[in-house]
Amino acid sequence: MTDDAIVRVRGLTTVLNGKTIFDNLDLDIPRGKVTAIMGPSGTGKTTLLKHITGQMRGDAGTVELDGENVPTLSRERLFELRERIGYLFQNSALLTDFDVFENVAFPLRQHTRLPEELIRNIVLTKLQAVGLRGAARLMPTELSGGMARRVALARAIVFDPALILYDEPFVGLDPIALNQVLLLIRTLNETLGITSVLVAHELAAVQKVADHVYLIANGKVVAQGAPATLATDGSAWTAQFFGGEADGPVPFQYPAGDYASELGFPGGKA
Amino acid sequence: MTTRDDNVVVRSLAQIGASGLFLLTILAAIPRSFRHGRETVRQIWFVGAMSLTIVMTCGLFVGMVLGLQLYDVLSIFGGTSATGTVVAIAIYRELGPVVTALLFAGRAGTSITAEIGLMRATDQLDAMEMMAVDPIAYVVAPRFLAGVIALPLLGIVFCAMGVFGGHLVGVTWLGIDNGTFWSNMTASVDVHKDIIDGVLLKSIAFGIVVSLIAVFQGYTTPPTSEGVAYATTRTVVASSIAILALDFVLTSFLI
Repeated sequence: MTDDAIVRVRGLTTVLNGKTIFDNLDLDIPRGKVTAIMGPSGTGKTTLLKHITGQMRGDAGTVELDGENVPTLSRERLFELRERIGYLFQNSALLTDFDVFENVAFPLRQHTRLPEELIRNIVLTKLQAVGLRGAARLMPTELSGGMARRVALARAIVFDPALILYDEPFVGLDPIALNQVLLLIRTLNETLGITSVLVAHELAAVQKVADHVYLIANGKVVAQGAPATLATDGSAWTAQFFGGEADGPVPFQYPAGDYASELGFPGGKA
Repeated sequence: MTTRDDNVVVRSLAQIGASGLFLLTILAAIPRSFRHGRETVRQIWFVGAMSLTIVMTCGLFVGMVLGLQLYDVLSIFGGTSATGTVVAIAIYRELGPVVTALLFAGRAGTSITAEIGLMRATDQLDAMEMMAVDPIAYVVAPRFLAGVIALPLLGIVFCAMGVFGGHLVGVTWLGIDNGTFWSNMTASVDVHKDIIDGVLLKSIAFGIVVSLIAVFQGYTTPPTSEGVAYATTRTVVASSIAILALDFVLTSFLI
């Protein structure tokens, strides 16, 4: 835990549809670093990002962003904070009425009165960074999944925000695009000091880009540390997660009744 | 069975209550939506201008069939010269605003619901929230305003086409004297009671109700393809019932 944390989560407890997502979760996101959040599917990684941005509120606990407790903020104050946050959606969420250029320009047009020429230059710079300057006039429906993700990434960074939250940034990217996106995240962090939080499953990619990794399971942080050493820290959690084992503290199966009895075989537990 | 019926009643009442609250949210967001004036103009073009063909065609045929039926009935009493008057009053007071609103719900209301519903299903509304852009001010309010502005204008066009249709059948086809047709009509139609209260007031009221139902159903739709499909259907069903029920209430106050 660090003293200079841009996000400080304390005692966060969230129950959704009767399922406990977070159980007294404590977590710090250090300022100016790249932090990765990993964990089994359905463990609430995206939900955690939504708590940080105020899209969701927990049942108990605090989520402090730059010293302000997010769940208690007014909608106006939340919007002010969000102007300094970039968010990459899991499914890109591009605005389908606008072409690629206008999608990336959208936050600039909504929040600034910059001259058209400057907007054009900023947008083209961001599109160049994700390798899609040539696709500026394509519509979102004409893009592949990986291209849409890169456009969404360009849109998330167009304001050079203080904090960027990436939800599954590497899904659907070919190895070349993946490497460039990794480089981009790292460069943004090193040159502009942007704090990055990324939710991802790709250990190799995370090891290249992250300074700190949290492994979340069963509503708690079960392991954390530097990415190079975390996979081999010897705990049962990391051994199972990074080894990809079905057996271990994280159940592979969603909770269910007895398999044999459900299939109608004799001898199954009633 | 009783519980099920209760649930339907309770659900409907809850929906009406929720849409009332949603209306307040939209009204509060309207001043902020003026920043997106171009979006409102684009929506007026989309829900208004693009509905002109269907409204004009239907207005023409409604006027023509009214002219034909009234001529037939009035000829029994030798009162065919009153055809123009009755066509005009029937259209101005009832058919104009009601049929236009029903057409509007089917043509524009459904597209508004489906568009906002799909934006919800594809996380576009959430993305706007995350970019600190209020979707109520940017997406909902312009569409609501466009509906409220466009429907009275479409109602006027419908009425004009209806009277033209009545004239076409009564005067051009069935041979009522042109002067009698117009002079009887202008002598009997009251600008305040028939045009302002009849066409405009009712159309504005229907515009508010239909647009509110369309944006509410779209905004609150479950983010699935089935959810969007049901929401679109609900827009037509709820709008139709609301238009006809509200028409009765308004008429009983205005008459």
